[in-house]
Amino acid sequence: MTKDTSIKEQIVKTVLTIFALSSLLFLFLIFIFILIEGSPLFIKVGLKNIILGFKWAPTKGSFGIFPMIISSFLVTFGALVIGAPLGLSCAIYLSEYSGKRLKMILKPALELLAGIPSVVYGFLGVIYIVPIIRNYLGGSGFSLLSTSIVLGIMILPTIISISFDSLVSVPRSYREGSYAMGATKWQTIYKIVVPSARSGILASFILGMGRAIGETMAVIMIAGNALKIPMNITDPLRTLTGNIALELAYATGDHRLGLFSTGIVLLVIIMALNYMANFGIKRRS
Amino acid sequence: MFKKIGIFFIILSIIFVCSCSSKGKKDGNKKRIITIAGSTSVMPFTEKLAEYFMIQNPKFIIDVQGGGSTAGIQACLNNTVDLGMSSRKLKPEERLNEIIICYDGISIVVHPENPIGGLTLDQVRGIFSGRIKNWKELGWIDRRIDAITREEGSGTRGSFEDLVMKGEEVDDSIMVQDSNGSVKEIVATDPYAIGYISLGLVDKRVKALIIDGVAPTISSIKTGAYKIMRPFLFLSHGDPDDYTSKFIEFVLSKQGQDLLKKEGLVGSYD
Repeated sequence: MTKDTSIKEQIVKTVLTIFALSSLLFLFLIFIFILIEGSPLFIKVGLKNIILGFKWAPTKGSFGIFPMIISSFLVTFGALVIGAPLGLSCAIYLSEYSGKRLKMILKPALELLAGIPSVVYGFLGVIYIVPIIRNYLGGSGFSLLSTSIVLGIMILPTIISISFDSLVSVPRSYREGSYAMGATKWQTIYKIVVPSARSGILASFILGMGRAIGETMAVIMIAGNALKIPMNITDPLRTLTGNIALELAYATGDHRLGLFSTGIVLLVIIMALNYMANFGIKRRS
Repeated sequence: MFKKIGIFFIILSIIFVCSCSSKGKKDGNKKRIITIAGSTSVMPFTEKLAEYFMIQNPKFIIDVQGGGSTAGIQACLNNTVDLGMSSRKLKPEERLNEIIICYDGISIVVHPENPIGGLTLDQVRGIFSGRIKNWKELGWIDRRIDAITREEGSGTRGSFEDLVMKGEEVDDSIMVQDSNGSVKEIVATDPYAIGYISLGLVDKRVKALIIDGVAPTISSIKTGAYKIMRPFLFLSHGDPDDYTSKFIEFVLSKQGQDLLKKEGLVGSYD
């Protein structure tokens, strides 16, 4: 009987190991595939001409994606400016102030926010945010600002849930020590709790950035997709993801390779962001 | 617990078997499937034609897909589709059988509230090349022009560049959308926008501009007075097979051409 169980255990273990490794394999395959498809163009046109080139006209032989890299970072930064304060305040409220019953409503509601498909965010952005910006701030409304607002809302769940976890994991003794010194609740929060959870909060911001920079559907719908670097918050812009999704349908030959090399740049940026987030979490423990 | 799962699987398999058998019956009737793919400009009209054709010939199933002119040409060269659709002329290296099904005008559209009724081709070129940036320069209010173009590789953009830009480049600060539909949507909602779409898709929500004194209408395209027009093509790799020819015959017949005319296109045999 015992022998039988141990064999069973062994089988389960092996099967799970294979499945676990297969997800790693997928990542590896995706990376290899994009690299094989995209790298010939890097060799042909030159790394510098792609990454630092200003002109994107793939059917005429220019593959510069520098404006898109800048635009991607601009919308990501904009999303963070809007999403980070909102998300952090929400996380602080949830972990420090809210009662159990309110938490039971707020938490699932936030998970629901994470589950709304991005095309719905994009649609709402086009219908409501774009006309408001067009009427009050000028421009066409398809702009850096409207994209930042929508992305800022989209990254809220990521920021809130990870910041919340790191705030909750601050030991109770820290808080009690602070109260014992006569500090008020708010003093305790901004002098003790938030600084102790700092690395986790930072990681939540970085993961939020990763989500914002990788978002595609909503961005194509609201950003306006112009190729120039935006000089104003009401100017349209095109992100790396938007470039791929916008042109993939018609792309052939070098144009297609150009889109894959855009993918490589995007992948490298997102991997760097994830690495930074992991580094932030590790440093805490 | 296991019983429940067992019952569930039995029901599933019954459904599966049933659906298989009904599919088998269809195969018995020998449904003939024609796949068509390509230009998103031609697609809505092909769909309409296919709909009528399938009502008259119930044995046919016509599967119409988008993807763009270039994708349609590629698919046709690779023999993955029976017919390709293209809204641009073929390049010399793309050796395919061309069938002109009709002609389409590209109309320059603005919001209906825009008081400007007509522009010259030169002014349109100026707007899209970034030389003219403000409506004031065209005799309206002091407001930036929100011009919208199509993405690189699109058939409509290709024709627009050939017919309007004539070698000048489309400016980088101009917005880009990836379908006729989204260009029309922006122009219909933004009073300061200007874009270009298929004449067949123009309706009350947008206003088509008079270019060089000629309004984009079926008759002006027919006579050649309206210059911004292009052929809509069906493509086949070699001669089309009997079934596909039957559909092409229908498209070129009076009934098919009348359907296209009703959609605002210009028949190929007029």
